Amino acid sequence: MTVPAVEFQHVTKRYGAVTAVADVSFTIARGTLVTLLGPSGCGKTSTLRLIAGLEHPSEGRVLIDGQDVTLASAAERDVSMVFQSYALFPHMTVLENVCYGLVASGMRRSDAAAQAADKLALVGLAGYERRLPSELSGGQQQRVAVARAIVLEPKVLLFDEPLSNLDAKLRRRVREDIRDLQQALGLTVVYVTHDQEEALAVSDRIVVMHAAVVVQDGSPRELYEQPQSRFIADFIGNANLLPVVIEQVEGPNARVRLGSMTLDLAHRGLGPGRAELAIRPQGFSLYRRPAGDGEIDGRIAKAAYLGSHIEYVVRLEGVDGDLLVSDPDVARPLAAGAAVAVAIAADAAVIVPA
Amino acid sequence: MIRARGTSAHGIWAWIAVGAVAVLALPWYRLDAAGGPLPLIAHGLGGRFWLLPLVVPLIGATAARNRPRWLTAAGGAGLAWLLVQGFAIAGQPGLGWGALVYALAATMLAAYGLARQGWCKGDAFTVGAVALVCGSILVFVGFPVATILVSAFQDPDGQADFLRFADQIADSSIWGLACLSGGRACGVAWNSLALAVVVGLLSTLLGLAFALISARSRFPFPRILKVMSVLPVITPPFVIGLALILLFGRVGMVTVALRDWLGIPASRWIYGMPGLTIAQLLAFTPISYLVLLGVLQGVSPSMEEASQTLRAGRWMTFRRVTWPLIRPGLANAFLIAFIESLADFGNPMMIGGNFRVLSTSIYFAVVGAAHDQGKAAVLAIVLLAFTLTAFLAQRLWLGRRSYVTVAGKGDSGLPLPLARPLHVACLAIVLPWLALTAAVYGVILVGGFVKAVGTDPTPTLEYVMTAFAIKQGAGGWFLAGSAWSSLLTTLQVALLAMPLTAGLGILTAYLLNRQNFAGRATFEFLTMMSFAIPGTVIGVSYILAFNVPPFELTGTAVILIIAFVFRNMPVGIRAGIANLSQVDRSLDEASLTLGARSATTLRRVILPILRPAIATSMVYAFVRAVTSVSAVIFLISGEYNLATVYIVGRAEFGEYGLAIVYSAVLIVIMVSALLLIQALVGERRIGRRTAPQVVKA
Repeated sequence: MTVPAVEFQHVTKRYGAVTAVADVSFTIARGTLVTLLGPSGCGKTSTLRLIAGLEHPSEGRVLIDGQDVTLASAAERDVSMVFQSYALFPHMTVLENVCYGLVASGMRRSDAAAQAADKLALVGLAGYERRLPSELSGGQQQRVAVARAIVLEPKVLLFDEPLSNLDAKLRRRVREDIRDLQQALGLTVVYVTHDQEEALAVSDRIVVMHAAVVVQDGSPRELYEQPQSRFIADFIGNANLLPVVIEQVEGPNARVRLGSMTLDLAHRGLGPGRAELAIRPQGFSLYRRPAGDGEIDGRIAKAAYLGSHIEYVVRLEGVDGDLLVSDPDVARPLAAGAAVAVAIAADAAVIVPA
Repeated sequence: MIRARGTSAHGIWAWIAVGAVAVLALPWYRLDAAGGPLPLIAHGLGGRFWLLPLVVPLIGATAARNRPRWLTAAGGAGLAWLLVQGFAIAGQPGLGWGALVYALAATMLAAYGLARQGWCKGDAFTVGAVALVCGSILVFVGFPVATILVSAFQDPDGQADFLRFADQIADSSIWGLACLSGGRACGVAWNSLALAVVVGLLSTLLGLAFALISARSRFPFPRILKVMSVLPVITPPFVIGLALILLFGRVGMVTVALRDWLGIPASRWIYGMPGLTIAQLLAFTPISYLVLLGVLQGVSPSMEEASQTLRAGRWMTFRRVTWPLIRPGLANAFLIAFIESLADFGNPMMIGGNFRVLSTSIYFAVVGAAHDQGKAAVLAIVLLAFTLTAFLAQRLWLGRRSYVTVAGKGDSGLPLPLARPLHVACLAIVLPWLALTAAVYGVILVGGFVKAVGTDPTPTLEYVMTAFAIKQGAGGWFLAGSAWSSLLTTLQVALLAMPLTAGLGILTAYLLNRQNFAGRATFEFLTMMSFAIPGTVIGVSYILAFNVPPFELTGTAVILIIAFVFRNMPVGIRAGIANLSQVDRSLDEASLTLGARSATTLRRVILPILRPAIATSMVYAFVRAVTSVSAVIFLISGEYNLATVYIVGRAEFGEYGLAIVYSAVLIVIMVSALLLIQALVGERRIGRRTAPQVVKA
């Protein structure tokens, strides 16, 4: 087995009484792009800073490339970081910024300048060497920050919410650029974001954190289709969560009761009793008629036209909580107050522990 | 993978080498010590055997290079034994350069040991810097203040005597209230407090009037206000008292004019509390103005616009919105002026007459016929208690009550103009006060070039020649004027203190703002508190603490430089912190992740960005060193006299012409220094995004 690029062994980080990272363990394989995903305050940025050496763990060990670097300072680790604010040195030109790390590690200035110019060309900024950071646009500044980090050919490259200061259009392009660069150079990248769409789009693997612990760790498809908790289902898939009762388990399937309706779904290790049903907004069909078999009656509470689809808030008969339903049929909108029959596509629903 | 592993091992070897040089080559004791400037090794082998153990930690460190705990222990043991033997074994001369460098090396070795154990994120430079800054503050602020506390409890022979302390601290010369019942004079503590309260209140009012005029009205001459705000920085503290004497003294310009034209008899009213109050107001109002200007500008205009849209008029808006928002700022301005007034020494000395305050009483207890250092210590404790109480009130009570309403977002609102009656009232205060200020500085600038201000307006160069004559003698040109010696000493000492003060201040600011270490909050508090220690107290404590080995420094230029560095460092700290908090931390972190250590980061990233703060603290360090009088009046010697002390001496003998010429020269020097340093340090080379740039494709 190859040595992982990064390994966390039971790492805990406390700030006074606050625990930012609690007993977190994971490994990151070489040449992969792994995203740390979670809502703000979940400990993902602290985890990133622990990898960088900007914070040091209260307990546990951090290994980079198989070596214990738990006590090593940021300057001693072979890790580079692209900051959320880019952190370009305002008093240095673009070229000086990119050279900085090379010169700090003892390279001759002329050699450093040549390498830096190469990397600037790689990110499409040839000809901008003499500019000051303040003379560049936000997207250009971001690319300088990337060039500055990759010129050191680090074992691990860290991104702290790299897209948060860019406008929506640019975000999509930049995240593709980052993914292309990572694939082309075979880099190990750890990427922090709170945007699940961004995480799904770029990652080989996603580590989801919540309240200082890792709640699930897997490929984008696993997280989206097989959430292990209602938190993941809600956070990744924006799923509707409805209280259900598992009536019996038979073979691989469980019989689940929701209001007046029963569904046969994969049991996923759950036994009879209370559970939650997670259904993605796209997993419903709405019909203008009373509910038939395997359907449930509902009423449209709100409707919002979003161009490509219509979002309905639907209130179900005999079930607590509203449903968010995304309907691609924009040609035949339903009005608020309309009675509908709701059907659930079995492949869009999973049961998770209550 | 760990990059650049070798550097910390190189560092350890380098500091072991420094320690070896200190032990083998540098003079261990003061240069004038008996037996000549010999290094430790010579003294140790020549009979002072207790010095030899100091070599052990250095040898131990070479063996313990890779054992952090042992390295820390070696450095710590070296430092500890240095201090223990220094204090415990009497009869040794004061420590010299060798001991200083040895202490530095031992500290750094201990720092490397601690860094390798994971302190300060494993950065030896940071650990070392924290240790050095804390250590030097302990030695040069903590130790003297502790000495003063101890000596207050000792009789003149050095025996503990609590009764004597109880007696002295309750003495009627400090706390007496005889003046209320028609007696001669009240105690100096009451005098000081009364003066400080009056000056604090009035200068806050004056400062508010100036700030309102400046921030909220279209005052036609904004430059005048700006110039006025710089004046107290470049004016030696006693000069205003001197100018007031020349204007309102018994033979002052105004007094004589009033007598000749209106028949009002001359009197000595200016000497004492009234004159002192006016002098301190002139000196401290600009400070209050700056504080309150900042407060007023911090009130977001949108608050006031919101009030107006809620149908409140200008006056109601001021009463109900603006005033409550600036109230903590007013309290702050009051406390600052209060502390300044208590600490002021030059003006009470110059114009106080028989009105004694704490700071002057301390001076006379030391230099007067009584020569009672115990009494001086007691008075210093009372003064220190007052200023520290005010300082604590300012930090703890006001700290949580400031309503800075400037948000990070741009505020497009316009400040509300003043209500008309308020505007008129402010102008009625500001304009006469500006006239008085102008008269004061006018007298200083021209007073030295007439025979006698007030009585004989014949132009003369007599005083200039006495002070600054350059004559041709047998050996060529030489500086014949009486002022040259003290002026050159002053400039030398101030120039030496300038980079040290700024460097230590900025380094401390960097540590406080950017590094987390145990006891950081306490450390910050103590450094800021040293700002609240009056100069007279520093002066007395220095002569008590540094008159005897192991730290025997009195009579040297070094003690003057040290006094300046530790008196003026807090301004460097404040400027540095203010500037650093505007620089995003991610810049340092980016530098660290790019493989640069803290020292490189500081040098290549932080310092270039901090140039304005460096300029500020350099200017301030220089100017304060030139204008300071309260601390150094205790510390000067025949060999090292300073300009300010010389001027105060001349003025005491009534040689006002000479004093005023010299003061004017000092002010001119300081204005040029201010402009020069600003030109040299230059502007920040950071484009801001506000300036639209043409981007070439």
